Amino acid sequence: MKIKPYGDTLNDGKVQLSFTLPVERSQKGIAAAKEIAKSMGLIDPAVVHAESIENGFSLYVVYGSIIHSIDYDKIHVEEITQKALSRKQIEKLIAEEFDREIVFVGASTGTDAHTVGIDAIMNMKGFAGHYGLERYSGIMAHNLGSQVLNEEFVKEAVEKKADVLLVSQTVTQKDVHLKNLVELVELLEAEGLRDKIILIVGGARISHELAKELGYDAGFGPGSFAEDVATFAVNELIKRK
Amino acid sequence: MNKLNLNFNKINGCRSQADAIALDVQRFIDQNSTVSVERTVLRLLGVDGIDEFGVPIPNIIVKNVAEKGDLTLGISLYIANALQETGLNLENFIDKYLAEDIDICKYSNVSTSEVDKILKPYYEKYLNSIQSNKLMRQEYLTKFPRKCNTDLYVIVATGNIDEDVTQAVAASKAGADIIAVIRSTGQSLLDYVPYGKTTEGFGGTYATQENFKIMRAALDKVSEEEKRYIKLVNYASGLCMPEIAAMGALERLDVLLNDSMYGIIFRDINMQRTFVDQYFSRLINAYSGIIINTGEDNYLTTSDAVTEAHTVLASQFINEAFAKKAHLPENLMGLGHAFEINPDIEDSFLLELAQAEMAREIFPNAPLKYMPPTKHINGNIFRAYQQNVMFNIITTTTNQSIHLLGMMTEAIHTPFMSDRYLAISNAKMIRKSMKSFGNEIEFKKDGIIQKRAQCVLDEALELLKQISKDGMFNSLAKGVFADTKRPIEGGKGLDGVFRKNKSYINVIAKRMEESFDEN
Repeated sequence: MKIKPYGDTLNDGKVQLSFTLPVERSQKGIAAAKEIAKSMGLIDPAVVHAESIENGFSLYVVYGSIIHSIDYDKIHVEEITQKALSRKQIEKLIAEEFDREIVFVGASTGTDAHTVGIDAIMNMKGFAGHYGLERYSGIMAHNLGSQVLNEEFVKEAVEKKADVLLVSQTVTQKDVHLKNLVELVELLEAEGLRDKIILIVGGARISHELAKELGYDAGFGPGSFAEDVATFAVNELIKRK
Repeated sequence: MNKLNLNFNKINGCRSQADAIALDVQRFIDQNSTVSVERTVLRLLGVDGIDEFGVPIPNIIVKNVAEKGDLTLGISLYIANALQETGLNLENFIDKYLAEDIDICKYSNVSTSEVDKILKPYYEKYLNSIQSNKLMRQEYLTKFPRKCNTDLYVIVATGNIDEDVTQAVAASKAGADIIAVIRSTGQSLLDYVPYGKTTEGFGGTYATQENFKIMRAALDKVSEEEKRYIKLVNYASGLCMPEIAAMGALERLDVLLNDSMYGIIFRDINMQRTFVDQYFSRLINAYSGIIINTGEDNYLTTSDAVTEAHTVLASQFINEAFAKKAHLPENLMGLGHAFEINPDIEDSFLLELAQAEMAREIFPNAPLKYMPPTKHINGNIFRAYQQNVMFNIITTTTNQSIHLLGMMTEAIHTPFMSDRYLAISNAKMIRKSMKSFGNEIEFKKDGIIQKRAQCVLDEALELLKQISKDGMFNSLAKGVFADTKRPIEGGKGLDGVFRKNKSYINVIAKRMEESFDEN
């Protein structure tokens, strides 16, 4: 099945975009915005708004119909297919399958100072009504906080006998987070630990597919909660027993 | 102003509890110093620069004394000794010190009374320069009077100071009144201040004196063009609080993020270190007329913004009490708070309004810093823009002073130029269309808004009583703020704290404290 973006009619291909150009707002700037839209594959682009943002820059809002279509049937994504269990179900599963607590060690690593993500998954209160891992019986959750260096993180993982490592990456600029994530995998491999733990990454720009590419067992993007992470981790641990 | 029908006895009760809490900690502060305090003394005597390995000279000298001398006497003494015995001026002595790898501890002691006399010509030069910066800021503000009580605050965070300048100039021209240069992530954990101009950083640009100077010059230029004084902000928290305050004073920063507890809670810096550092840092801010900003908003990104609202208020009272101890007047106390309640909660707007109005009424003379939503922003930029509208309405309605602008691309990337521009436009439209709204409305007696504010005040009072009873150190160890527990002996930087000898001298702190006593 071939599909295109949908405006108000099937396969009309309508898209909206906005961008800034490093030139003054002028008729020439508007024409340039139109050219850019055309070179992106938009038919009949309309620059519906152009505004000066001072100092030689201008902002454009553009609509157009995209010429490209894609074959939806050929799209393949790496997805975590299992449905998340509830907290109670997870707790029950752990009690049935293990005679000990599962140890999660989490941190916002590298230079990342943002703890919103890791806190949402790990802290007692959790996020948006979904309790964090600290609240789960059968789970021992250690949240190391922010700016934990990879070396320190691995050291803590060993000391705390971690079953699962949770890495959070929020801030990103020029893809510094990717470098940091790869470094952790390399470090774990060098220490001979990679196969012994379940390695999970989460963050605003993380997808499961990206995580797999980087050498992680799973990745969780926006809208994930503690039960999503715990379901994956516990099932994976059972699988590996 | 008492739209919320708050009980003044309770507000006074909070203040006296906070004063008691701060007084207790101040006793500890007065007995101790740190390596960063001593490095700051060196900087304000004129010691700057780095060695061939990039190590700042102030770090080298303090380390020298810590290892081979007695730092508990204060670095002032060692410099005075060296100058007295060599007969060199400071600059020449430092050159010789570095070239010949001298141990600064080898010089004999001059008497305490002589230390100040020997060092006075050096520090006076720098303190005078700080005073003229203060004067220049006042002149700017007289020349370009503010048209609005609320300053629009945006961040730049490119990692490259030249790129920061481009973005800062664009933002200023679009209407921003305050530019904050976000630091490279991780700088707060460095036990030194990087040197010189920098063009590589992650998530921000290193705070260095040279970078401060470059940005100040660019903002002065745009201030002249726009006929508006554009303020410059940087961040003190970390292991170098007083050093950054000193550098900021010398380069005419206008606002410095300088919380008495932020480093402890969010950067796991040792509490003894932070309390001692924040005092000297804030003393310098007070001396240089720099507004401090506190970081209570951060509590709500970790804790729940409804159930933990009182921790923000309690912390504001504590930050106020510490600020008073450091001689900061109310008009330099930029206490922080935030709009972080989940917008899916019914009447969340009313709760936010109550809390923002409450902060305004309780701290009427403080240039309050109000932070935009971040926690409940989910990548849907359209929804984020809507949330920022609600935030801007409350900012305008409750007359907040320092208005951090929310970005619709929060948590996606550091702001694009257009993100910042749209944020400014959003705020300006609300500011104009709702200018007098706050003055026109009253709140229903015992309605949701009044009751919410009263409840938060009650809870803050209870919390402050508890902290006062347990002591500040124990309370932080218990995790009273942001659900974060910090042990008294834990965290980074404790090894840089030392108890002052009874003949300890800090010529800078002494001179600054005297100047406040004179006034």
